[in-house]
Amino acid sequence: MRGFLIGGAVALSLILAGCGEKQPVTVYKQGQYQGKPDQQPWDSAAFKGDRAGWEKAIKARNDGQNEYTRVVSN
Amino acid sequence: MARMKFLCDAERCIECNGCVTACKNEHEVPWGVNRRRVVTLNDGLPGEKSISVACMHCSDAPCMAVCPVDCFYKTSEGVVLHDKDLCIGCGYCFYACPFGAPQFPQDGAFGLRGKMDKCTFCAGGPEADHSNAEFKKYGRNRLAEGKLPACAEMCSTKALLGGDSDVIADIYRNRVLKRGKGSEVWGWGTAYGKPEKGAAPPAGAKS
Repeated sequence: MRGFLIGGAVALSLILAGCGEKQPVTVYKQGQYQGKPDQQPWDSAAFKGDRAGWEKAIKARNDGQNEYTRVVSN
Repeated sequence: MARMKFLCDAERCIECNGCVTACKNEHEVPWGVNRRRVVTLNDGLPGEKSISVACMHCSDAPCMAVCPVDCFYKTSEGVVLHDKDLCIGCGYCFYACPFGAPQFPQDGAFGLRGKMDKCTFCAGGPEADHSNAEFKKYGRNRLAEGKLPACAEMCSTKALLGGDSDVIADIYRNRVLKRGKGSEVWGWGTAYGKPEKGAAPPAGAKS
């Protein structure tokens, strides 16, 4: 009787162990960049930290791609 | 802050490969590496369409997600760059990229695959701006000179637009309204359809 009870307890624990299994789904975590830090483009020798000047220069280049504003209509 | 993007207008691209040449010349890209290329669909048939393809600097870049050494980073302007000193040339980014942007020089012995090379949006890399090391590894840093990518600025028909997303989207919208057709922007949804990684969800958005 005692052996039967021990055997039953072992079997029950093995069956229930399956219920504790973790979901086999990998949860992706974004890694952190491991390389060297980069400079901001306005920290270059051309702009010397003048962010507003850099943004103005980029905006002028951006707008230069629009030929509708470059061509004067009559 | 500007969010840099590329936009290729398939209605205007004439497959001249000026963008490819501009990129090659600007960065002295080695033989066999194509940071930008022109793809033509239905080549030779009436109504063929060409598009210029390179790294699109995706909002939620898959290359960044799969890199086992985390050598990718995104600048404050939204340009996806990488540190070649860390890259091990595994090629995972190539398999992850929907645009086939990562390139691998095979100039070593027995076709050894080198460190990954890709379009930098002419923004150089994590070396000192305008240094020899930056030019050798990543090419010229035009963004730090207040200029936009050479490919877009060189495009003769202005099919390829590159720059602040708001501005180029406005240019394109105006263009589509004027001509009354060709509103499909190839690759735009794939590259920029997902929200920025780490950005707060819009108010009222469901998960």
